[in-house]
Amino acid sequence: MDDGLEPFLPPRFAAWFAGRGWRPRAHQLEVARRAAAGLSTLLIAPTGAGKTLAGFLPSLIDLAEIAGEAPARPHRLHTLYISPLKALTTDIARNLEAPVREMALKLRIETRTGDTPPAKRQRQRAHPPDILLTTPEQLCLLIASEHTRIFFEDLRYVVIDEIHALMPTKRGDLLALALARLKRWASAHIRIGLSATVADQESLAEWLVGAEPSPPLRGGQGEGGRSTVSASDQLHALHPLTPSPQGRGGTDDVVVQAPAGAPPIIDVLDSDARIPWAGHTARHALPEVYARIKQARLTLVFVNTRAQAEMTFQELWRINDQSLPIALHHGSLDVAQRRKVEAAMARGDLRAVVCTSTLDLGIDWGDVDLVIQIGAPKGAARLVQRIGRSNHRLDEPSRALLAPSNRFEVLECRAAQEAVSEGAMDGGGPRIGALECLAQHIMGCACGEPFDADELYAEVISTTPYASLSRDQFDRALDLVATGGYALQRYDRYRRIVLDPATQRWRARNPGVAQQHRMNVGAIIESELLNVRLANRAGGAGAGGRRPLTPGRRLGQIEEYFIEGLTPGDTFMFAGEILRFLEVREEDALCVRAHGAENPRIPSYAGGKFPLSTFLAERVRRMLHEPKRQRTLPPQVRDWIKMQKRRSVAPAPDDMLVETFPRAQKHYLVAYPFEGRLAHQTLGMLVTRRLERLGKKPLGFLASEYAMAVWGLDPMGDLDMAALFDEDMLGDDLEAWLAESVLMKRTFRNCAVIAGMIERRAPGTEKTGRQVTFSADLIYDVLRQYEPSHILLEAAFADAGEGYLDLKRLGALLARIRGRIVHKDLDRVSPFGAPVMLEVGRVPIQGAAEEAILDDAALIAEAMS
Amino acid sequence: MVLLARSSTKAFIAPPKPCAVSVAIVERCVEVSLGATIVTALPEGAAWIEAGRALVVADLHFEKGSAFARGGQMLPPYDTRATLERLAALIDQHEPDIVVSLGDAFHDGGGPARMGENERVLLRALVASSDWIWIEGNHEGKSAETLGGIARETLQLGALTLRHEPTGAVNEIAGHLHPCVKIAGRGRSVRRRCFAYDGARMVLPAFGAFTGGLNICDAAFESVFPDGAMALALGKDRVAPIAAGRLIAD
Repeated sequence: MDDGLEPFLPPRFAAWFAGRGWRPRAHQLEVARRAAAGLSTLLIAPTGAGKTLAGFLPSLIDLAEIAGEAPARPHRLHTLYISPLKALTTDIARNLEAPVREMALKLRIETRTGDTPPAKRQRQRAHPPDILLTTPEQLCLLIASEHTRIFFEDLRYVVIDEIHALMPTKRGDLLALALARLKRWASAHIRIGLSATVADQESLAEWLVGAEPSPPLRGGQGEGGRSTVSASDQLHALHPLTPSPQGRGGTDDVVVQAPAGAPPIIDVLDSDARIPWAGHTARHALPEVYARIKQARLTLVFVNTRAQAEMTFQELWRINDQSLPIALHHGSLDVAQRRKVEAAMARGDLRAVVCTSTLDLGIDWGDVDLVIQIGAPKGAARLVQRIGRSNHRLDEPSRALLAPSNRFEVLECRAAQEAVSEGAMDGGGPRIGALECLAQHIMGCACGEPFDADELYAEVISTTPYASLSRDQFDRALDLVATGGYALQRYDRYRRIVLDPATQRWRARNPGVAQQHRMNVGAIIESELLNVRLANRAGGAGAGGRRPLTPGRRLGQIEEYFIEGLTPGDTFMFAGEILRFLEVREEDALCVRAHGAENPRIPSYAGGKFPLSTFLAERVRRMLHEPKRQRTLPPQVRDWIKMQKRRSVAPAPDDMLVETFPRAQKHYLVAYPFEGRLAHQTLGMLVTRRLERLGKKPLGFLASEYAMAVWGLDPMGDLDMAALFDEDMLGDDLEAWLAESVLMKRTFRNCAVIAGMIERRAPGTEKTGRQVTFSADLIYDVLRQYEPSHILLEAAFADAGEGYLDLKRLGALLARIRGRIVHKDLDRVSPFGAPVMLEVGRVPIQGAAEEAILDDAALIAEAMS
Repeated sequence: MVLLARSSTKAFIAPPKPCAVSVAIVERCVEVSLGATIVTALPEGAAWIEAGRALVVADLHFEKGSAFARGGQMLPPYDTRATLERLAALIDQHEPDIVVSLGDAFHDGGGPARMGENERVLLRALVASSDWIWIEGNHEGKSAETLGGIARETLQLGALTLRHEPTGAVNEIAGHLHPCVKIAGRGRSVRRRCFAYDGARMVLPAFGAFTGGLNICDAAFESVFPDGAMALALGKDRVAPIAAGRLIAD
């Protein structure tokens, strides 16, 4: 520790550290020193490094001084803390209590979240606390309220927690815009960002600091003013424009790096049991997982989907011969149930918790000493984040165990293990801000303090996500907010924002419109959820005659689209039980326990599935090709790869293998791009369309994390693969497919809600998600037909590029494999193909499938009469 | 030949008992019988009554987009045009003697005044091309009459009574409820607009571009179809009869 820094600490603080037997850490002092010099800081620190205290130390020191100088300091907000999680704000408030009390600092710390009652909100506005702990959404709401400038005018510090998790999201876009507004109101404040280790510190630092608002640029820059935009044009626009770092210094001097803790110890479970060819259950590994749980104090068992969580939980209990307290925690469970599990963890009452990403971030509930990842981790950064949940002491290594659930996942786990030990990370690259978020921000500004368009544009492009936004795009977003942004200017008299003739500033047309906006703030769109309830049959048991069902105990919530796919009588796993679905009544899915049902009929629901990261995928491809990297693999897996080489080929990292072969009267084409499920799914849709046009009559396709398979009745070996996988599929084929894609419609709906075209709720009337979906689909159809270049379709397309359709990655894949497709026409399925074939299931062709359901259901007159 | 009864007060004569369900698939369409009259359900969501060469559409909801825009939700201003173009294509194809709009032609009484000039010209031309009846709906009342045609509360067409809100009477064709079906299968579900029909009466799907739907399993249909209804669902380019047992609620 550099003692040269210590004198900087005021005596009261030095004494407090000493009194606790602590020494302030170098990075904590460095953040405080930089703050005193008026410098913003991005602190990169592993868990357990005293990150929170480092973030607040400058505020506490400053507040202690101010209080000393002027005891009658008027109540003004001094520090704003922003966290992605509501729960974290309460937790931080509690953690700050001790130092504040022990140093006898006179200051007020309060939280402001969706749960804060109106009276307290009003009081906070009138008498701001010194430190306010809140979420990005609450900040947006404050900005959209009147007279907020005064509230923030005295602001000195903004502390942003878990900034790495916020930055690459739409919430991050909104936050960046909100921060730019704060900069205008309180130009002297500095920002402190707290982050876990990331691949690209530079981008994160740039995002945190932003640029000084530069003078507004007049007129469209380059790309603006396109009259018609095709899907392929839009895709090209997706490829990141280089953010222009004008007016920005280097960001190296913004980052403070805490010393890394002891490197984690990661094992990959080399199960003695046979490693399955396919599937995601890792059932074979659970006896060993249970043995490790027995040896540890408290184990977090992470899985990738809620369905896996349910299955793993059931299976662990089946073999739980010592009746260890093992609990379940995932996003569909009732909140009360989750709170109970968290409390039990904190009390030390549990030995293991099976969980999904719900426990990735946030509060430490207990003394976790082992993290087990079931199934592949999907990304190195995610794995590090999860491992960080164990053992919050820097000097001791965290312990983790990876349990792959199939052969491809063995490779993925090894690749992740390697990457973490090399300190290599996956990152998403720079993010281009979403247009729907910009629209929401513009409306928010108009509802708060009326704005001058030139000034606001300058402010917006001072943020990193919007640095390359052209003035033309900005003006289109402004028009979207005002009148819907249609070429056919029909809504002039209904403008939501109007230009005040006296001040030349934009403001909300009336208080009603502003109120409507405030009800719709934020970028989080919940999927429509139904309550899962156990149903009771009225009356006692009796023969015949169906008695009416009454809804009973609520087990949790489930995505509506999952229930929509069920027919009454189907069984599925939920909240640790196998349930039989009976019917949906209003917001409830009524179910009964399916006694005696061994396996649920509908195995999975997709909550919380992440695609394999590009970075890990590349490592897996390298591993497949380089024998020396395979030495540490389990023998079964090595044999599998060897056999693949003999029967087909193990492709070079930049090649894509395509195999064609017959099987059981059908003909298959399997491609192995290793680009993640979402990109493969889109690829599958497009290739299927293309095969249909070629007269190959494809019958179906399947996408996994590693491969894409399509099948039909005719041989596929004679296909021109280069033409089949040509990049031009992102043109007309994509265009045609998007017209009917359910995922695209869902994406559009989310964008329309964020942009304020569709309300998520109107004051007084809570609209159900179902109604929104239905009308949004119709709006999408009409808009595509009559104004395909509308800004909101552009926004939805950009969103699809990153989200459900992963077009960005598909585009990169098709470019990568140009001239590098290795086609093997085989007489039977290859070793790599086997796992894929095992998953080939009931995946019908999009579009035709919907009609087929009608076919299935259509009955003619004689059946009725 | 026009079977149009010009009086809206003329009482309909109920047959002795409701006729049985009769359904026949004819190419892309489904022919059903209401009493002695054959009614054809078209895949576009309109009904064709050959006996009177009448084309019947329900719930056009013109100017729904602008109605929402007035309330601050800027829905695309193309719904009227989209609806009109589909309607014009149907009229071109079938050359009806009578066109009946079964009510709620406009989303609200102010709709006709908000209509864009191009759309107004197109609609006037359509109205002038045949005998055009605006059955009055609860949304717009008589306001559509300013565009030509005649507004009425009900219309007697041979043995059939056409009105906006279904009463459950025999030989009635109505709209208002925006019926749609949901059916599940193959691991997913489909929601489509549909005709609701039980042999004695029929409710048409909404025709307007932005009009949502009410599931045929909803209680609102019970009073109209006391013994349940079958659904004639609108597929991409044909009508699919769906038995009551296959329908699922939302």
